[in-house]
Amino acid sequence: MNNELLNELTFFVLAIFVGIEVISKVPTILHTPLMSGTNAIHGIILVGAIVIASGAHTPVTIVLGLVAVMLATTNVVGGFVVTDRMLEMFKGRQAAKPAPQAPTPQAPAPK
Amino acid sequence: MTIAIALAYLVAAVLFILGLKQLSSPKGARNGNFTAAVGMVIALVATLPLLHFTTAGVIIILIGAVIGAAVGSVGARMVKMTAIPQMVALFNGVGGGAAALVAVAELLSSGAHPAFSEAFPSVFSIVIGSVSFAGSMIAFAKLQELMTGTPITYPGQQVVNGLLAAAIVGFAIAILVIASVPFSFIALMLLALVLGVAFVLPIGGADMPVVISLLNAFTGLAVAASGFTLNNFALIVAGTLVGASGSLLTKLMSDAMGRSLANVLFGAFGQTHAGAATAAGGGPTRSVRSASAEDLGTLLAYSQRVIIVPGYGLAVAQAQHAARELADVLEKRGVEVTYAIHPVAGRMPGHMNVLLAEANVPYEQLKEMDEVNDEFKNADVALIVGANDVVNPSARNSPGSPIYGMPILNADQAKNIIFMKRSMRPGFAGIDNDLMFGPHTMMFFGDAKDSLTKLVAAVKAA
Repeated sequence: MNNELLNELTFFVLAIFVGIEVISKVPTILHTPLMSGTNAIHGIILVGAIVIASGAHTPVTIVLGLVAVMLATTNVVGGFVVTDRMLEMFKGRQAAKPAPQAPTPQAPAPK
Repeated sequence: MTIAIALAYLVAAVLFILGLKQLSSPKGARNGNFTAAVGMVIALVATLPLLHFTTAGVIIILIGAVIGAAVGSVGARMVKMTAIPQMVALFNGVGGGAAALVAVAELLSSGAHPAFSEAFPSVFSIVIGSVSFAGSMIAFAKLQELMTGTPITYPGQQVVNGLLAAAIVGFAIAILVIASVPFSFIALMLLALVLGVAFVLPIGGADMPVVISLLNAFTGLAVAASGFTLNNFALIVAGTLVGASGSLLTKLMSDAMGRSLANVLFGAFGQTHAGAATAAGGGPTRSVRSASAEDLGTLLAYSQRVIIVPGYGLAVAQAQHAARELADVLEKRGVEVTYAIHPVAGRMPGHMNVLLAEANVPYEQLKEMDEVNDEFKNADVALIVGANDVVNPSARNSPGSPIYGMPILNADQAKNIIFMKRSMRPGFAGIDNDLMFGPHTMMFFGDAKDSLTKLVAAVKAA
């Protein structure tokens, strides 16, 4: 196992823990926007699509590259825009919004 | 990889993590999305200097990016708020497809005998990405009602799907060990596409959000695997973040429905009554009470406490503004109005909050299930607008029901129940609702928006 692979594995494992930890307290009302937001983030595959498309020179690689870039760009752009549209609905209302689902079930009803 | 690019990827990764963090709290959610988008731009720009472009490469990247950006932005802007779940499915699916194609292209370019450390993640990415693509398209078709939303099942289905999965694993191992008729990757991809379709077919429309969330996590993992193939840290970190957080989110979503993930995926939920639903088309055998707008208007106008229970029917009819108008006229008369929001009201957790926020309903009036459930017994009227399964008492009472154990709103405990519905058709889960036949229940048939408008007029007249 070479050094680079070892580094990659390290990043991979650490990212698993960070990914779980960072969203562990998400309230129910944000499930949909969060799903949509993570959906946009995996649009990072556009980086991969550009990498493989950049060197395309045979018909097969040209077709694969074109389709991959097209799909990945749709993912990125659509993902961020649709998430923003959802979250736009919440703007200006945050101040009035107490944490909607407190982790403790006995939390009193917010006024 | 030069140092500058590595640092740029590090910045992008940090921005993704911060973005996720902000996205999971109501305060910063919108900024979180923006933060993640900035990370994306940084990662993309940083990648470019690394590459040696062919002419064809430049052309296809430009064409692909223009088409993709147009489809993505127009699709995301034009979509109605009610159709957002299937839009997310679509965007997720194309991401999975892109991941699979990247892996195929990379394997084809690496000759007859790629190193195992490159071939393994590629094969993984091809399989998972293709499953995610095909599964998401079926989820889209079900939610868009291009095909039936009820589960499609046949005897021995789980066995067939299991064999299909086993065949894919076997084929993948064969590719890794024997390597490599190049186009065997394409065959592997086709098999995985079939599995994706077969996997989602038996799952009912009501459970699609959980499935979309799971496939979203799948796509994240496929992207991470492509990152291992290309030795690209940005792909590994971002893909893994999505894979991990998406998995947790999937679990949280099935928890909100009071069911296990395995039950969602393999329970063929709601199919038991699919036949009964069509049989009931001519009218139910049990009788229901229906009431006129005037009667109901009077009842509402002279109530003290009214709890509105909005559901998907309200969303479909775009009736959120009409609901708010009714609440306004009632409040003017001194009636206390609140909205009871079931965690999975609409078709996705949080869907209903988004819609009501669009109609400028004040947050203080929106109450979560745990908060509001004890208040139903003090309510004069529970006004159910286009909801069904989330108020179905059989989730509490009849252990044989497919939704038994799902937490529901206690609308049945209100003194009067107004059940607004388009028809007697069962809800998305495809099961009958005893509440419609209850002694305190009055049905008010019609499109949610029209009905609410009529009630507004009736309350004003009362």
